[in-house]
Amino acid sequence: MIDKSAASLAEVLSQITDGSTIMIGGFGTAGQPAELIDGLIQLGIKDLTIVSNNAGNGDYGLAKLLKAGAVKKVICSFPRQSDSWVFDELYRAGKIELELVPQGNLACRIQAAGMGLGAVFTPTGYGTLLAEGKETRHIDGKDYVLEYPIKADFALIKAQQGDRWGNLVYRKSARNFGPIMAMAAGVTIAQVSEVVDLGELDPEHIITAGIFVQHVVQVQPEPVAV
Amino acid sequence: MSYQKLSRNQIAERVAQDIPDGAYVNLGIGLPTKIASYLPSDKDVFLHSENGLLAFGPPPAAGQEDPELINAGKEYVTMLQGGSFFHHGDSFAMMRGGHLDIAVLGAFQVAANGDLANWHTGAPDAIPAVGGAMDLAVGAKQVFITTDHVTKQGEPKIVAELSYPATGLKCVDRIYTDLCVIDVTADGLKVIEKVDGLSFAELQAMTGATLVDATQG
Repeated sequence: MIDKSAASLAEVLSQITDGSTIMIGGFGTAGQPAELIDGLIQLGIKDLTIVSNNAGNGDYGLAKLLKAGAVKKVICSFPRQSDSWVFDELYRAGKIELELVPQGNLACRIQAAGMGLGAVFTPTGYGTLLAEGKETRHIDGKDYVLEYPIKADFALIKAQQGDRWGNLVYRKSARNFGPIMAMAAGVTIAQVSEVVDLGELDPEHIITAGIFVQHVVQVQPEPVAV
Repeated sequence: MSYQKLSRNQIAERVAQDIPDGAYVNLGIGLPTKIASYLPSDKDVFLHSENGLLAFGPPPAAGQEDPELINAGKEYVTMLQGGSFFHHGDSFAMMRGGHLDIAVLGAFQVAANGDLANWHTGAPDAIPAVGGAMDLAVGAKQVFITTDHVTKQGEPKIVAELSYPATGLKCVDRIYTDLCVIDVTADGLKVIEKVDGLSFAELQAMTGATLVDATQG
């Protein structure tokens, strides 16, 4: 019998090692798997490459992971925010590397990885600093930039409900990068507020099919302000 | 003759008049967000947010805020009846795929050919952040810009060529400033409206690119 929700949070995270590339879901704090990130910090691992839309808010979740010195590189679209002081300080001190990617290119590069594509030609960023040195092509009257997939060893995402086969449904704007990151990582770990019995999730409403998810961990997230 | 600049709210109100019934629209952070308050209630305008919302509504009442229901500016919002949630891949397909009718964005500079700079000042100590700006610039069917006509130092923001790093090339369709409305066309920057009491010569003097007077009368 397959039960992807059997292992504890600590057991599941223990497979993550130094130097891993990890996708972390969330847009700001919405959809950030804070309990998984806290567990990651407990492991005391380092030299991680993090793929996420932002680079941490306040002293919460991803910001805490950065503060712990676990991250060597961040691949994201929007690091600088009013409450991104942890990242700002590390970046200015030269202690963290940044690969800045337009948000839609971040999404389509993650999707390309999940879909098994070798690369994508995207119009976004053409003629800008973020496309410097990249291959371009003129297709059907428009200019495109060649961008390669972003793959990860692990994806840590947050969903609302999951079952023992790894099927997931999300909640409101906490969905954001979750479904596409789940497809792009070798091992996807989803924290959910509730593990439900098989059959409780309506097949018409399942957003992420269990094939993309290796582990489901039930947590009771603390409510967090934006 | 003297003239009165439009306030930020007046610019927002002016843009709202040009958003047609049934339009799918992304309002950028800052001034563009204010446009939502001026959309007439007899029109169905579908507001899109990068983080996976379509047809979101006004901020919730105090005490009803949901940290998992936010817009791209990370402000609390509500959903209208008929609104929907989707993941980031679909959200950016709506832009890049040419499904979104209008994006309204802010600007550091707009060039005469419609090039836009709004993500990075190019200052060496600045931490760059781009978000969805480049995707909106190239993806939306029409890109509207709201901006002050000149910087706080009085420098033109509408220029012959960008000096700041570009967000997108030849992507701007219309510019709404605190002094005028300009259509960006193959035949140049056409001023279609300006505030009362401002002469075309005065407006041209505050602009770094050649303008064409296309105002009526």
